[in-house]
Formats: sequence, C-alpha cells, structure tokens
Amino acid sequence: MRDIAIIGIGMIKFGELWEKSLRDIAVEAALNCMKDAGTDRIDSITIGCMSGGLFNGQEHLTSLLPDYLGRHTTPAVRVESACASGGMAVRSAFMEVASGMSDYVLALGVEKMTDVSENIETYTLATTADGDYEAFHGINLPGLYALMAKAHMEKYGTTRNQLAEVAVKNHRNGALNPHSQFPMEITVDTVLRSALVADPLRLFDCSPITDGAAAVLITTVEEAKKIGKQPLVIISGIGVASDTIALCQRKDILKFEAVELAGQRALKMAGKTINDINFAEVHDSYTIAEIMVIEALGIVKEGQGGVATANGITSLNGKFPINPSGGLKSKGHPIGATGVAQICEAVLQLRGQAGKRQIKNAKTALTQNMGGSGGSCVIHILEAK
Amino acid sequence: MEVARHWRETPERYRMEAGKCSKCGKIAFPGRMICPECGSTEFTKHTLSGKGKIVTYTIIRTAPDGFEDLVPYAVGIIELDDGIKILAQITDCNPEELKTGDRVVAKFRRINEDGKTGMIYYAYKFVPDVGI
Repeated sequence: MRDIAIIGIGMIKFGELWEKSLRDIAVEAALNCMKDAGTDRIDSITIGCMSGGLFNGQEHLTSLLPDYLGRHTTPAVRVESACASGGMAVRSAFMEVASGMSDYVLALGVEKMTDVSENIETYTLATTADGDYEAFHGINLPGLYALMAKAHMEKYGTTRNQLAEVAVKNHRNGALNPHSQFPMEITVDTVLRSALVADPLRLFDCSPITDGAAAVLITTVEEAKKIGKQPLVIISGIGVASDTIALCQRKDILKFEAVELAGQRALKMAGKTINDINFAEVHDSYTIAEIMVIEALGIVKEGQGGVATANGITSLNGKFPINPSGGLKSKGHPIGATGVAQICEAVLQLRGQAGKRQIKNAKTALTQNMGGSGGSCVIHILEAK
Repeated sequence: MEVARHWRETPERYRMEAGKCSKCGKIAFPGRMICPECGSTEFTKHTLSGKGKIVTYTIIRTAPDGFEDLVPYAVGIIELDDGIKILAQITDCNPEELKTGDRVVAKFRRINEDGKTGMIYYAYKFVPDVGI
C-alpha cells in the first residue's frame, strides 16, 4: 500500500445557502480545494452525499458533479453511510490512491438540505434510523439521542448543565471559524431556555440543518513531496466499524461500539495510542453524542464525558481539545460534507493555519464521523510530517 | 408498494412474533435469517410476552409527520421479561409521571395513517402495567 498525503483542502461558508444549488456548492468547495493544492489534476472523484434523492430530488451525482466540475469524463463513485458519508468518501479516496489505481483523487462531500420543507428534512434524517422498527413508532433522531441522554444522566449522574457545556464550548470555538454557520457564543442559559425537542434534549443540544460542501485532494506522499508543500500532512490510519441499526438492539445503549472499534483500528494502523493524539474533531450531532464519543475513544473514562467537558478538558486550551472548528453544533452539519469538513479542519490545524483557534504544537489529529444513532463510524488519524 | 411494506410486518406488529435461535436460544425481534450471536440460520417462532420494564424514555415535543396530534408523547426502550429490548411508544399515561424501571405491558394500538384515505398502521404500544 502506498503512503498517502492530503495536498489540498476546500471549504465554503456553511449556512442556509438559498441562492446556491447542490452543484454550485460542490463545485465551489472543489475549486477552493484545487486552489489550495496548487494543482487541478484530478484522476478520480469520490463523493460523500447522504441523500441527494430526498433533499433535492437529485441522484446520480457521479454524473452531475464531474460534469459541472468541467471534467465530464472523470471517473466518480458516490459513497453513502448516513451522516458518515463524507468520512467514508475520504476513505474511498485513500484506498484508491493507496492501491495504485489512481494518483490524485478528490474526496468531495456535499449536502444541500434546505431545498425541502422542515418535515422532509426531519423525515430524511430519520431514514438513518431503523425505518420499520424505530421511525415507524414516531421517534426521530433527536428522540434516539434523548434516550441515550436520559440513560446517561441516570447511570452516570451526568447533569443537564454538563450537556449544555458541550454546546457552549463548541460555539466558543465556532465563533472563531469564518466558515461557521452559527459563529456566535452562547451560554448554558441559552441552551436551557431553548425549546424542548425530546426530553431532556433542547434545540441548542442539536446540530442545525445546513447547506455545505467540503473537499480534500489526496495523493501519494511521493507526489506531495514533489509539490513541496510544508508541512506535509499524511493520513496514517483509518478505522471503520458498524453497529446495530436499531439503538435498542445494542447490549449497552450507552456504548458506541462502532466508535470504540473504529478508533482502535485507526490507531493500530497508525501505530499510535489515544495519548499520542493532540486534538480531535468529533461527531457532536447532539451534545450527548460528543460526551459518549470521547468516552468510546478512551479520551475520558466511561461516564466521565460530561464532567470532563464542564472542567474544560476538551476546551481549545484544555488538555485534549475537541472540535476546535466549532463542531457540527456551531460550524453546521451538512450531512455528506461533515466528515470531509472535519478533515479540512484537522489539516488546517496541523499546518498551523487555523488562525485564532489554532492549537499550539498540533502534530497528530483524529477525526471521528458517524452515522445515525452510531450505527456506522469512520475515523482518520492525520499527522504533520 | 406502501400496503405491502406494512402488511408483511403483520406477524411482528400485530402479534409480536419473534424468532428464537435453535442453537443458542437468542431471541431476535424482528426475526432474522442469521443469528447475531452464533451465526445459526435455524429459528423457531417465539411470541414475545409483551411485559417488561422501562429502560429509558423520552417525551417527543417536535414530532415526525403524522404524529403531530400526539405531542407530547413518550417513546421508550422496554426490556421485556423475555430478555430482549424493544422500542415503542408508551401511552395511556401522563408522560411526565413515567419513571425508569416502571412496569409496562404491550397493547394493540393505532400508530399512524397514510393520509385521510390510505392505510391505517397498527402495532404495539406499551401502557403502565396495573395488573389487569
């Protein structure tokens, strides 16, 4: 297998981008990525998009996007793993270059969510759960995470305020990110006064509905050295794991087994332990999700995610910064773009280009992207060389 | 075919029929072709007891399409006396008064409908077990 580097990243400002279409935002992110890479060579494209069909009435992005990228004969493949589609697209690009099949592959994540009514948005998100045995009974994604939050509070004593601290911390970081959908600071009170969605979760515990796209250009370390960009950012480990689609079928509903296993697999491939990681971008689709993810990754002990967050361990200047970008909560969560955007943030930090939210001496990063209520997970380890 | 999609789940939704692995005894609901515990493909029919206790629950305040009229309503994960967990609505109660660990029992109820002229979907919901 060939060693892999990321030579370009392309973000756009996330938000409710009413004046732009799915193809517009995807092309914009790809152009930013090629500009950043200093090359427009693309041998192949992997696309992360969860549901062009339901959000936009548009499938067949493997024709649409190469076409509007001005290279209609370039091979493309689309990858779907619910909210983990973006991270999985980067993994596909990695494998395509590592295998020797292609030398330059663009991983392009996109989701245009605001083209439909709020009901269709919620319906589409609920398709990431078990349609016949969860959604059928009138539960949606916030409802499933609320079941975990309630159980976490009762088993470990996690408090309502500790959940809110996740959102407060991520908005504090996101306020420093020019690409954030909601770049403003909030307080615990903002969260506690927002509308109840599914007890105990409130509106400000939930990531927003977002239009967005993000891209990374992947090549071999050998090619990257020829281009000569410093520091070189490599992908040294990738791990993927699945879990039951239905939350209730897990032995322990408070354990993200897919996250734990994907983390172990990625770290093993990179020859690292979690203590070697300087910071992480994680899938905070709901505040409880971030708490359970940092537990599953072994960053904090089982049940201690809430306390650790309230104690500032995961803050930008804490012992283990989590979501310097602002996370899904503040930066926004355009489903298929999220996993790619996490990697863009990691690269920016590893290059030392993250501006006011720069983490000092960031050399090794972890990105964690998951689908539905934790039914699939993809983790990348990135290093500055 | 929307009708077929619901009709074929009738044994599970109307009668709570599960599969019991002939090799390791694992109960799978809904039924499966491959046992997630031992990989066996041999199952016998097992009708769930419909009795159990609440493991966790939430009160839905912003409902999916077709459930708006029920708001606020409780959905929970129930651990059945059969030893498996199942997700369903918990009804015939004040959701604010529910507690984890409460005993509940399954009843046959209307879940949703396909518009005003379409199919009506039925399945189990749980209600507080008052011993009747």
